[in-house]
Amino acid sequence: MTKPEGMLTWKDLQIGSIVTEPGSASQYQTGDWRSQRPIYDSSKCIKCGICYIFCPEGCIEQNDEGYFEANLFYCKGCGICARECWTQAVTMVEEEE
Amino acid sequence: MAKRVGIEVSIAIAEAAKLANVDVVASYPITPQTHIVEHLAQLVADGDLDAAYIPVESEHSAMSACLGASAVGARTFTATAGQGLELMHEVLYIASSMRLPIVMAVANRALSAPLSVWGDHSDAMAVRDTGWIQIFTENGQEVVDNVLCAFRIAEDQRVLLPVMIHLDGFHLSHMVEPIFLPEPAEVDKFIPPYQHPFPLNPDKPVTMGGFGPPDIYSEAKKAQEVNLTAAKEVILQCWNDFGSLFGRYYHPLECYHSQDARVLLLTMGSFSETAMTAIDTMRREGKNVGLIKLRLWRPFPFKEIRQAVKNAEVLIVLDRALSFGGPGGPVCSEIRSALYNEDKKPKVISFIGGLGGRDITSVGFEEIINRGIEISQTGSEQEFEMFGVRE
Repeated sequence: MTKPEGMLTWKDLQIGSIVTEPGSASQYQTGDWRSQRPIYDSSKCIKCGICYIFCPEGCIEQNDEGYFEANLFYCKGCGICARECWTQAVTMVEEEE
Repeated sequence: MAKRVGIEVSIAIAEAAKLANVDVVASYPITPQTHIVEHLAQLVADGDLDAAYIPVESEHSAMSACLGASAVGARTFTATAGQGLELMHEVLYIASSMRLPIVMAVANRALSAPLSVWGDHSDAMAVRDTGWIQIFTENGQEVVDNVLCAFRIAEDQRVLLPVMIHLDGFHLSHMVEPIFLPEPAEVDKFIPPYQHPFPLNPDKPVTMGGFGPPDIYSEAKKAQEVNLTAAKEVILQCWNDFGSLFGRYYHPLECYHSQDARVLLLTMGSFSETAMTAIDTMRREGKNVGLIKLRLWRPFPFKEIRQAVKNAEVLIVLDRALSFGGPGGPVCSEIRSALYNEDKKPKVISFIGGLGGRDITSVGFEEIINRGIEISQTGSEQEFEMFGVRE
């Protein structure tokens, strides 16, 4: 996409709003829907990956040290990772905090 | 040279789809449309038409299968009526919004309840705003000719929109009429091959019907509106080219003795034929009346309508559908709206009639015209009148 979606005029759109660039959904920032964000406490994390499995957005990644964290560009703040975490290593905090 | 044959209009429509060399037909039978798809199924089964015939479990599925077929670049045809058209409803918007040039014949039928298989325009009016090009036809020849034109209009690269050809259920669909069916070579010359610029193709993936958040949806709808409105030029050009090739010319509306008429009647569909007889009779009696037959329903021919009625004093619009609790006839309310800001315009009187297959005879049309003239002079407490209803 040459312009961000919010800048496109009706004349810029492909016919029928057809998306001709495969995988372009990755440019869509779903993170701005979020009202809460997950905080990961690596001292409690046992690296089990349950948060990674349950994340409906598929936005949790494992870092070089083997700990898991959400990519906040995509994370919608649903809180499922915090709910599922065995060791309460994930807590949700309000975005404004 | 084309042969003129005596043929049921529904069968002729199927033959027209065959002449257009359709690739896919996905449909569900429903009265009074059944003969169209039944004959297409027969043509495919007998090997007379090289197409995929998809028998689906509902009209919702029929239109959905048509979306897929058209999206991969197949020339796609279907037909339906009444409740079937309503069951397709949500998918109709998707066809037009995704710019898929499906052609569909609609044998117009009343909507339940009470259950009616007979004709009126209730089904068509309920899908008025779905973004399809919509053409109303008056006789069998006009249906066949416009089914052929529909493929060329729909698939034109400047258009790429679906087209509905409306024909009155039973009054047209089940009539045996003398119809010219063109030669296959003539049709091949008239309708170029269909090529969608971005078809579904695994080698070059595209996404159709993707997510449209608030910051893009309005732009998408504006583009669609501009596109449908601009399709009118292509429709006019197509009708003109069709006329040059086949000798039968079509226009957004037809004027019958309307030039000098003080009182005009406006009709759509097959009832126009009977209305012409009424006009002839009244003219013989020295009455200054004329008829406007509206053919192009979407995109709406504002300019032509304004031009055609501007010198009349009274315009009586007959609708075969009722907008409950509203202004009466859907066609009449659009005509009124088109004329409202004009300096020179007739009084517009709304009549509803011909519901659920009820005939209006030529004498009936004379009564409508006479009553319309009376209302234009005395006024009426009602927004509209229903013709022929027993009190």
